Amino acid sequence: MADEVQTSDADDGESSRRDFLYLATLGAGAGLGVAFAVPLIDSMNPAADVLALSSIEVDLSPIEEGQAITVKWRGKPVFIRHRTAAEIQTARADDAVDLPDPQADADRVQQPEWLIMVGVCTHLGCIPLGQKTGDPHGEFGGWFCPCHGSHYDTSGRIRKGPAPHNLTVPHYTFLGGGVVRIG
Amino acid sequence: MTTRTEFKNPLIRWVDDRLPVFTYLDHEYNQFPMPKNLNYWWNFGALASVVLVLMLVTGILLAMQYTPHVDYAFESVERIMRDVNYGWLLRYLHMNGASMFFIVVFIHLFRGMYYGSYKTPRELLWILGVVIVLLMMATSFMGYVLPWGQMSFWGATVITNLFSAIPWVGDSIVTWLWGGFSVDNPTLNRFYALHFLLPFVIFAVVALHVVAVHITGSNNPKGIDVQVPRDTVPFHPYFTAKDSVGLVAFLLFFAAVVFFDPNLFGEPDNYIKADPLQTPTHIVPEWYFLPFYAILRAVPDNFIGGWVTSWMGFTFISAKLAGVIAMFASIMVLFALPWLDRSNVRSARYRPIHNVLFWFFVFDCFVLGWVGANPAEGMFVWIGRIGTVWYFAHFLVFIPLVSMIETPRPLPASISEPVLKEKA
Repeated sequence: MADEVQTSDADDGESSRRDFLYLATLGAGAGLGVAFAVPLIDSMNPAADVLALSSIEVDLSPIEEGQAITVKWRGKPVFIRHRTAAEIQTARADDAVDLPDPQADADRVQQPEWLIMVGVCTHLGCIPLGQKTGDPHGEFGGWFCPCHGSHYDTSGRIRKGPAPHNLTVPHYTFLGGGVVRIG
Repeated sequence: MTTRTEFKNPLIRWVDDRLPVFTYLDHEYNQFPMPKNLNYWWNFGALASVVLVLMLVTGILLAMQYTPHVDYAFESVERIMRDVNYGWLLRYLHMNGASMFFIVVFIHLFRGMYYGSYKTPRELLWILGVVIVLLMMATSFMGYVLPWGQMSFWGATVITNLFSAIPWVGDSIVTWLWGGFSVDNPTLNRFYALHFLLPFVIFAVVALHVVAVHITGSNNPKGIDVQVPRDTVPFHPYFTAKDSVGLVAFLLFFAAVVFFDPNLFGEPDNYIKADPLQTPTHIVPEWYFLPFYAILRAVPDNFIGGWVTSWMGFTFISAKLAGVIAMFASIMVLFALPWLDRSNVRSARYRPIHNVLFWFFVFDCFVLGWVGANPAEGMFVWIGRIGTVWYFAHFLVFIPLVSMIETPRPLPASISEPVLKEKA
């Protein structure tokens, strides 16, 4: 029994209290460390002024049928295309084809004549060609990305090449009077 | 640091008694015993540290003239080239210094691979070296963005977009990296801050790398341990002299590039200001990333991992993600090299099969670099895939297998033995 008294601080209340204080201090320190890391990391996320500039309004009235314009939104190009009846028809007909990223044309437009999408290739972020007259349109009459050869159709859907997804359709609202708000 | 050096100069002695820096320098750079059979391939570590110091000095002076803002960055670099006194020299030294740094470090790395410098007891030394290479890659990538030319912008866009391949959180990570919705002013600012910081981190890791090599001592072309003091010569004057010869040759080459063809390693497109609405027709990274870029693009759309996961009902590993994993794995595999090679003979001079494999590997790296510089079309697709498979097979199959089955040639009894035999 005398031995047990001598080695008591190894296994009685005194040492477990010390262990508890040690672990509690360590835990509190670690918790505070993580809590402090949150604002540090979040400071690198988009700032309020960057977010404030995240919507734009575009007047669509000057865009004739068959024409396309590119506007800058959130530092990226947005393709706005006034589609011809033929293009709309092709896009709808291709709904039935085996698509890499299946999506119906009707789900990609609010008004079939206006195709609005982010002009950034979903592969590695290049800008596909097909907006300007004389640009290549790829094998499916839409857009062609010169970087790694992705072909998009008249609905901006990926048809051939390394890109995994269709061109992104941003959130937009028609405000009336031929004006659209993107973002 | 067991025995203190006795200095005659009382001031040096006064300092040394309180902080033995002079004893340290004397031990590590004057008396330090080096294997006496080192060849010129052992110059490249010293050359790399010279380039690092040059990069720090020119970089700090450039930072005094540069403006990290999307509206002014390109113009401020042009101002450095045209208006700042010797600005053209600072920038060309810094720009080509990055290429020189990689040339020297790649040779240093191949040297380590050939002579088995990664083996016991130098594993940690090797790992620190690979950490330095990774830090150099991050630093040079961010530095290349700063002039805000077309290649700066689109290189940054392509490379940061790689992180979007990470499942579920990829897009949030990319937005966080950018500080916005595309590569823009916040991105340029943070890259500038990090490009300033990381070289000092590299400097610290280099210091650890040097301390580690002074603990184990240098490896040597025979790959056998130093046994007796007769196997060594003091660092000074023998290797200070030998390093100086190599340094002069290297500086001649460096100067030839800086003064006669300063844009040799650059892309003409980077003299066009960044335009977020216009992609260059052919985006290529800097030459030192080309082999890794080739590996990134080598994974086919219908590769086995994607096929298996899509068969299971979901696509967890897309071709894009697999390419990204392969690219990072191509560096990470170097960390495992000390344990993949199971042979206890270090130098490839005494390993006939390993020796041949090494040169195949060097050739493969050049092939991958050539593929990376070309569009991913036609034959380049297949050459890139074969080159990538060979790259990984070299580390994961050939090295472990050969190290177990190969019969090495007999090693000399000591570093001095062959020399003494010739004399006799």
